[in-house]
Amino acid sequence: MADNPKNLRYTKDHEWARREGPGVVVGITAHAQESLGDVVYVELPKVGDTVTAGSPFGVVESTKAVSELFAPISGKVSKVNTALTDEPSTVNSDPYGAGWIVEIQPSDPAQLDGLLDADGYGELLAKTAT
Amino acid sequence: MARQTPLNRVHRALGARMVDFAGWDMPVQYSGVVSEHEAVRNAAGLFDVSHMGEIEFRGEGALESANALITNDLARASDGQAVYAGLLNHQGGFVDDVVAYRFSPERILVCVNASNREKDFAWMTENTPRVKPVNRSDDYAQLAIQGPKAASIVQRLTELPLDSIATYRFREGVVAGVPCIVSRTGYTGEDGFELYCPPDRAEDLWNALLEAGRSVGLLPAGLGARDTLRTEMKYALYGNDIDDAHTPLEAGLGWIVKWDKGEFVGRPALAAQKAAGLKRKLVGFEMREPGIPRHGYGIVQAGEAVGEVTSGTQGPTVKKAIGIGYVPTAMSAEGSPLQIEIRGRPVRAEVVKTPFKR
Repeated sequence: MADNPKNLRYTKDHEWARREGPGVVVGITAHAQESLGDVVYVELPKVGDTVTAGSPFGVVESTKAVSELFAPISGKVSKVNTALTDEPSTVNSDPYGAGWIVEIQPSDPAQLDGLLDADGYGELLAKTAT
Repeated sequence: MARQTPLNRVHRALGARMVDFAGWDMPVQYSGVVSEHEAVRNAAGLFDVSHMGEIEFRGEGALESANALITNDLARASDGQAVYAGLLNHQGGFVDDVVAYRFSPERILVCVNASNREKDFAWMTENTPRVKPVNRSDDYAQLAIQGPKAASIVQRLTELPLDSIATYRFREGVVAGVPCIVSRTGYTGEDGFELYCPPDRAEDLWNALLEAGRSVGLLPAGLGARDTLRTEMKYALYGNDIDDAHTPLEAGLGWIVKWDKGEFVGRPALAAQKAAGLKRKLVGFEMREPGIPRHGYGIVQAGEAVGEVTSGTQGPTVKKAIGIGYVPTAMSAEGSPLQIEIRGRPVRAEVVKTPFKR
């Protein structure tokens, strides 16, 4: 298992979140893309959409499975990674970089601190691996 | 506890991701569905399909007995020929779709789906006019090697002249020292072979094929790639596209029904359906807006459900979102617009010519 970057926050649903200026960039973790398999389609929200922490805001599909994306924090979508429409496999090849999914302007920036840190997420993965 | 094929340990050693399929612990992927799919289209892929069942009719009257149960005609086949056929219930629906191998009029081996092994055997036993079938499923492992390089890989390991085995023909021979039924059949749309061998020799055969194919790009391939490959060909998957409630005529498989062969189970119901006209048909469609169709999604018209998606995926070779589903006959012609309900929204699609991959 690849190391989970220390500068990110994580959810139990295997999304990551990173503060970037006033916004928070969100993607899925290396573990998530690995277990999903080859990503062939990403359904993105629209810029301006309101998202709620813990609620679905989009969908990632592999050849064989459909997986919902859950917002790590509440807020308004300020950017979406439209490059994923043509190259969804970037989610597999660079989940923490070019494979980012959306940027959210948080309604409560403190929500980010309530998410798991890299160690906490690592423990979660260790617990679920059997 | 899921059942295991003789290659279970080998799959795990190769790092396969295992899933439960019809009660079997099977590899869904090794390196990745797309890379395995592309290996089969461009070079070759090796599949463990030992979970499939084999049911044998043996002795005088074997051919007549098997033939009375299936839609295709073994009497018109030659020894050494296999036929794809429907095993039907009395309503004309599929008990299973099968491949029947004619060794001789006294020996017929029927390959059946893993999920239907016991059901088929019981159905055949109950409905056979004469020769009782024997369930030989535990006597055979089955490996499928598929792709444009498959024949040259197998040829390196056998003295059988593979050029002499045409599509849907088979011979018995020795491959990599292992006695096999060598059948030029498959489920991918590519040239290739299905090799039936004793279970305790499956590992030797698997390893020899992997080794012989390594330099030309052969990859072990799992159920994930098997599904995308067969979907691009619109090959039916039992339990998805065909089942007890759908007939071969509705499924677009009229060509496996031989009306001139005489009686077979399900024939009267099929004849009645044909005379009355088909109400629904299984079609292939491509999405015309973003979205991937999936098994169970509705096909809608003006907010009303009119049909159902039975299979769908993003086709790695055709590079399109493609699906298979039942629609009313009036909507089944090529070019007909369809709407697929994806997460509550109608998304545009269009009926197209199949196979998707050509």
